[in-house]
Amino acid sequence: MTQAEKDEAAYFARRAAEAGVARPAGGSPDAPAEEHTLFDVQEMELNFGPQHPSTHGVLRLVLKVDGERILEAKPDVGYLHRGTEKLFETETYPMGIPHTDRMDYVAAATNNHAFCLTIEKLLGVEIPRRAQLVRVILDELQRLSSHLVWLGTSGIDLGAVTPFWYAFREREQILDFFEEYCGARLTLNCMRIGGLPFDLTPGWTERVLEFIDDLPARIDDYEQLLTDNRIWKMRTVGVGVISAEECIEWGLTGPIIRASGKEWDLRRAQPYECYDELDFVVPTRQGGDTYDRYIVRVQEMRQSARIIRQCLERLEPGEIRGKVPRVIKPVAEEVYASVESPKGELGFYCVSNGTNRPYRMHVRPPSFINLQALPRLAKGHLVSDLVALIGTIDIVLGEVDR
Amino acid sequence: MTLPAEFWTYLKVVLLVATVPAIVGFVVVLAERRLMGFMQARLGPNRVGPQGTLQGVADLVKLVTKEDIMPAKAERAVYFLAPVLAVIPALTALAVIPFGPPVRIGKVMVPLWVADINVGLLFLLAITSIGVYGIILGGWSSNNKYSLLGGLRSAAQLVSYEVPMGLALVSVLLMTRSLSLPEIVRRQEATHLWFVFPGLVAFFVYFVSGIAETNRNPFDLPEAESELVSGFNTEYSGVKFAFFFLGEYTAMIIISCVAVTVFFGGWLAPFPHVPALRFLSVIPPAVWFLAKVAVFLFGYIWFRSTFPRYRFDQLMALGWKWLIPVSLGNILAVAAAILLFPGRTTGLVWLSWIFGGCFAVLFVLSRLRRALARRDRLSATPHAVEG
Repeated sequence: MTQAEKDEAAYFARRAAEAGVARPAGGSPDAPAEEHTLFDVQEMELNFGPQHPSTHGVLRLVLKVDGERILEAKPDVGYLHRGTEKLFETETYPMGIPHTDRMDYVAAATNNHAFCLTIEKLLGVEIPRRAQLVRVILDELQRLSSHLVWLGTSGIDLGAVTPFWYAFREREQILDFFEEYCGARLTLNCMRIGGLPFDLTPGWTERVLEFIDDLPARIDDYEQLLTDNRIWKMRTVGVGVISAEECIEWGLTGPIIRASGKEWDLRRAQPYECYDELDFVVPTRQGGDTYDRYIVRVQEMRQSARIIRQCLERLEPGEIRGKVPRVIKPVAEEVYASVESPKGELGFYCVSNGTNRPYRMHVRPPSFINLQALPRLAKGHLVSDLVALIGTIDIVLGEVDR
Repeated sequence: MTLPAEFWTYLKVVLLVATVPAIVGFVVVLAERRLMGFMQARLGPNRVGPQGTLQGVADLVKLVTKEDIMPAKAERAVYFLAPVLAVIPALTALAVIPFGPPVRIGKVMVPLWVADINVGLLFLLAITSIGVYGIILGGWSSNNKYSLLGGLRSAAQLVSYEVPMGLALVSVLLMTRSLSLPEIVRRQEATHLWFVFPGLVAFFVYFVSGIAETNRNPFDLPEAESELVSGFNTEYSGVKFAFFFLGEYTAMIIISCVAVTVFFGGWLAPFPHVPALRFLSVIPPAVWFLAKVAVFLFGYIWFRSTFPRYRFDQLMALGWKWLIPVSLGNILAVAAAILLFPGRTTGLVWLSWIFGGCFAVLFVLSRLRRALARRDRLSATPHAVEG
């Protein structure tokens, strides 16, 4: 152990003692590495990914393992780097929206939303009420579909294959709604600076309402398979525990921090659009482990359904786009705006220089920042747990690498 | 014309070796895929032939015509030997399975088993444990880190789960006083009692260990698609992979056959001594046997689509801390029940009622606990239930 590693271990021990978080036996990152061993122990370096089925894309991890216990996990990102931030600089403001689709490609609507929100803040545009409500509906549908992808894939990671098919059955329906609305299923490009590109198609709201009516029973189905399942609990309870204080230090947001007991949701903390008038609960749990993150996400799905219902009830005919100049040329200024994406705080920091292109556009991607905690979470766990941890962080490599 | 005495034996061997792979390929795999499709709200393979019935042929053609790849750094001889070791013992073990009572063909009585060895059960345990080497050696010789981890996992898992499996069968031996499988079935006929009733615990331990022995969910750690990318067989392709595949499914069939023979009365119809159920013996014994095996195979498929996978240390804990003590205690209980009562059967009947009662109580309690947990969870987050 080098001095730096010792310091780090001592730091984690102190943090854990302060937070009073129970750590799983043998899973603590401060477990003594030096032991008297009968045989010569050889560390094996294991290359995990980028073609591994459980890395949810092209994440590569370099693992140092002793048998199956992880001594060290180093994420190696960048296999899906597309220079999105640079691309924003080369194109006009409205042309940036399709690029955001390709960041978190299972949650394009929230990406569009965060981008548009930033530029709108820059311009100081007022968004018509109907557009606000529809944006919230799209956001929450997107949150549902993103959580469904997460539920299915993280189930498969732990060997539970069936929830995947149920989750994707519902996700297909949501994608159908998107297709009907904007023609695309994945890369939606469904928002514009100042509002929306299209109004809703006739009958869309009724069909969405029907789906929402059905959804709680479907979520019960998933829970039936997993929530009280003894093996599922054994695999998730106490795996990857992180305290709320550590979450704040690492900058972790979204379901991860909420599962550690901190009620931090931008929809509630810094309401945008019409979230302040909607009645919903921000689900939290205290344990901060993989199981609690699972429960929080499932509860969020139920809450999203409630939000969509409330918005559908409030929908009235009206304008869908605010007063936006034909050529968008904001004054030289720096703004930051963020939304609660399914993965956490998704923010855009825009520096404009008075031309029709941003001088610099920086993204705060929740996947990338949440992924930072993986080495900390994985240390001391087994290879099987690593798979659960990658699943529970809920990363999308498009957003990690941009 | 008189046939030589060995004729029927040879015929049965040929039939077993020829039909079991075919059954595995065409029936079990297709049934698994279609059933899992049904359970998972999708269709499953239905393109090749009517309702996908010829999918097995397509798979076979694919596997046979595939390039046989051997990694450059593989241990060549062992790499070649491993799939053979996985499949040959599994097929050999079928020799002692009694598929039905002897049938009269012409003037001779032909038993529906290849060999009635007086140590049949022991032979089964011995020969199936050789199959373990196939997996261990396959994982090691591929010279791939993931395969090595898979091989390591299977070495620990398969060896430790053989212990509770053997112990579970020991308690049945106390009831039968014979290791010969046909004799075990006849004994169940004579006592009017399937051994699953006095051997409820033994059956449970046996079947759980059996699933672990065959590397099936929720104990499929040596393969663990999402962790080890197929584990021990990552580097295998073509016919060699097909051999592993065949070995696994044949092992599944054997575990089911033994469970049926030892615990569920083999070829017997349910409760043949009850007059109201006499009509069930219209169905031939061999069909009863196969039907029971099919139920077990269905159980395998059902588990696969229901359960998540255990973690390695949890798997070992389950084996060593639960199954082995439970099966040891069970041996004591069965022995006590046999010794306490003068007739051997009375004690077994009593034991059946006790085990059955315990099982019913535990089942009710677990449902209750589950319902309470659900209520607590939903009340913890207000407004969570209504849409």
